[in-house]
Amino acid sequence: MELLISVIKIVVVMGVMLGIVAYVVLLERRLSAAIQNRIGPNRVGWQGLLQPIADVVKLVFKEDIVPLKSNRFIHDLAPIISLAVALTTFAVVPFGDKINLFGYDIKLQIADVNIGILFILALTSLGVYGLTLSGWSSNSKYALLGGVRSSAQMISYELSMGLAVLGVVMIAGSLQLDTIVEAQAGWKWNIILQPIGFITFVTAAFAETNRLPFDLPEAEPELVAGYHTEYSGMKFAAYYLSEYANMFVSSAIITTLYLGGWQVPFVHSFGFSDFWIGIIQVFGFLTKVILFVSFFIIIRWTIPRFRYDQLMNLGWKFMLPVSILNLLITGLVILLLS
Amino acid sequence: MLTDFGKVFIFFLIGGLFVAAGLIAAWVIRPKRWYPSKLSTYECGEIPVGDAIVKFNIRFYVIALIFLIFDVEVVFLFPWAVVFKNLGMFAFIEMLVFLSILFVGYAYVWVKGDLEWDKPAPQLPSINSKQLKISTPQTTPD
Repeated sequence: MELLISVIKIVVVMGVMLGIVAYVVLLERRLSAAIQNRIGPNRVGWQGLLQPIADVVKLVFKEDIVPLKSNRFIHDLAPIISLAVALTTFAVVPFGDKINLFGYDIKLQIADVNIGILFILALTSLGVYGLTLSGWSSNSKYALLGGVRSSAQMISYELSMGLAVLGVVMIAGSLQLDTIVEAQAGWKWNIILQPIGFITFVTAAFAETNRLPFDLPEAEPELVAGYHTEYSGMKFAAYYLSEYANMFVSSAIITTLYLGGWQVPFVHSFGFSDFWIGIIQVFGFLTKVILFVSFFIIIRWTIPRFRYDQLMNLGWKFMLPVSILNLLITGLVILLLS
Repeated sequence: MLTDFGKVFIFFLIGGLFVAAGLIAAWVIRPKRWYPSKLSTYECGEIPVGDAIVKFNIRFYVIALIFLIFDVEVVFLFPWAVVFKNLGMFAFIEMLVFLSILFVGYAYVWVKGDLEWDKPAPQLPSINSKQLKISTPQTTPD
């Protein structure tokens, strides 16, 4: 029975997540159009709502071109690594409290792993392989440069990311994401307790997802399309989807760590039944995540790209000392308060 | 009894299956009309020159080495952060010592210029002797 519940939960969460990710693509296209004073895709279905389906149908029918000089097996494997890893990270993110459905107490989190944060950091490191292998296996100069750049960039910012998270771990005293969310009950959100850590983590998250101020791996003017230059058809779609899945998952992680997760302030003072409170909390979580995804998109369409040396200087000479300083300040404050 | 990592594994399998199913479906449906020039590596429409797997900049390697050292540091900090509230002052001073040792390494790397991505151009040896002075032919623009 427990196994069945788990599998149903996994399938439902995976389906909902893929649906949201597909519509995040549409959201980005409509929002960027609004920012650039265009209309954007609005022909397929009402207000373009069927556009993701049309895109997938088009990409399925596209010929798949694998260059003769490329390493065929790794070329096929890399997008699978990229997308599967991006999706799996969501498995440890709690998206709600316990909810009672048909007499079963269902925990709204797929796996309550006791080393949650380490698991997330480990999977983000695995994500590097997807990009680097694609760059190497394509045997194309642009792709190789994009892959090497992305790996150097991601490992540089992973340090500040790990150090920024440590502040949150110290406050909650646990690596479990569930406990971290419960420690932020009411208005004790970590964004208020850890402002420096929040800014560091968000910056590192932008670099880890290769989003615009840091999208050097696919800088169009110099590298054509970066690491996925030689990809077409469904494999290109896998890369495209994994970029948006990464964005969605990092927003979910930022929400969990800094914006109170599924906690909705004052929800208990309205007198709803437990079931409805559970539903409201899930929607509260989704609202926070979608708002943060919109923030990712707005940043992309308003800020120009860094140069590579600026990117490296920011990562190594500024973010790293600042995050270590944040760690020491957090430690001192906890010591003084206890 | 399914452990939490078992659930993560099922999640990973279903995610991987979804991606593989998409790729296989596309493989069945899509047209396959290849010819040699379509399968050549993209180089802005030119005939590709040489191989792409070439030597690349040593700076990437140095960054990877520095990353390795600091990543191990972060791993050591995680258990410390979890039990920090229980240990108090002792843990704080202990970690200050640990961080200051690492800081020496960080300062060394910085002074050595390995964090500098934009390195100054190498100074080529030049000959100052007047007799050996070689005049480069001046080309006037047409």
